[in-house]
Amino acid sequence: MEEFGTQVVPHIPRLRRYARALTGERTAADDLVQDTLERACNKLHLWRRGSDLRAWLFTIMHNVFINQVRGRRAVPDVPLNDEIMELPAHSAQADRLEIRDLDAALARLPDEQREVLLLVALEQLSYEETAKALGIPIGTVMSRLSRARERLRAIMAGLPGVATLKVVK
Amino acid sequence: MNKLAVTEADLHAYVDGALPEARRAEVEAYLAARPQEAERVQAYRQQNEELHRLFDPVLDEPAPERHQVPLTTRRGFFPLRYAAVVAWMTLGGVIGWQLGGIQHATTANSAAFARRAAIAHVVYSPEVRHPVEVGADQEAHLVNWLSKRLGAQLKVPHLGDLGYTLVGGRLLPGDNGPVAQFMYQDAKGQRLTLYVRTNAEEKRETAFRFAKENNVAVFYWLDGRLGYALSAEITKDELLRVATAVYRQLNP
Repeated sequence: MEEFGTQVVPHIPRLRRYARALTGERTAADDLVQDTLERACNKLHLWRRGSDLRAWLFTIMHNVFINQVRGRRAVPDVPLNDEIMELPAHSAQADRLEIRDLDAALARLPDEQREVLLLVALEQLSYEETAKALGIPIGTVMSRLSRARERLRAIMAGLPGVATLKVVK
Repeated sequence: MNKLAVTEADLHAYVDGALPEARRAEVEAYLAARPQEAERVQAYRQQNEELHRLFDPVLDEPAPERHQVPLTTRRGFFPLRYAAVVAWMTLGGVIGWQLGGIQHATTANSAAFARRAAIAHVVYSPEVRHPVEVGADQEAHLVNWLSKRLGAQLKVPHLGDLGYTLVGGRLLPGDNGPVAQFMYQDAKGQRLTLYVRTNAEEKRETAFRFAKENNVAVFYWLDGRLGYALSAEITKDELLRVATAVYRQLNP
């Protein structure tokens, strides 16, 4: 417990930034941070001293986020295979609208792509740290990052048929 | 020239500034010859910048009100630690921290008081440039100002005999209104703070109570309309000596 105050606290502003970008919404972000801090506090003894605390905290936040997302969905969904291109939940009409706001565009990324993009681009974790935080291979980090960026670019540019973009290897 | 082909991963590492110098130059040469790819990379860089522009302000936002209520009842949470966390979450540490107006039992209240005093001590005593709002050179003004804001006549103890001189004071928000903090330091730069609040509903006296949070020792007591907490990173015995002197000066 001793470390909690001194070690975890300096990371809190960044956890909050990431949570806000990830959820796109203040209340949900606050919940996410709160739950993450509680869990971190209770599990601090599991953290290996000397290992990267920041990555560990993002891992906890990732797990909490996944649980929250699952909890919100009435029907449990099948985890998306990385090779399956996600279909948009919105109409084709909406696809033709130009979405120039990045935060709105961000919300249209699949969760797992948004997580990778934000950890890399916003939180500036290395690809290795991101892979560790999310518990995925580094190759998956790269492919999700690539897809997230390309998809975001397409949304921002108001390109039609964003959902049919080919997978960028 | 025997260069490795530029991969998609290279382009992302380029965007994220994760490439070694030599490789970066190669990627730049590659992009110079491919305007479409360069445009794509440029768009990714703009995304990075835009993300920071959008979300960096969150770093400086104060924590939400409900984060400020210690979760003492949940899963054996350590209220003291959580209090520290919460305090840091709010911008400027202790400033925004309140118990959300929740009325606890008196003991919980005074323990919370000690905790707030300790946190205020931790936040302000390391300050080099702005440890106080009003310096000791304007002591009369300081006392008048803080007395007026707290709605009670304050006195500033003089602790020169114990080697501590007044640095000055500042006004802080407490859960029942304004709180005053006076800061002292000795020749070695060791600082102690005296945290003073008014007691809203109760007018009573208590013995000295002692609390310790990390390295900060706190003696706190109620004395009529005012509550005091003396904090420093010194031993309990040393602090008791100072607390006794403070108490005597306030109650001549």
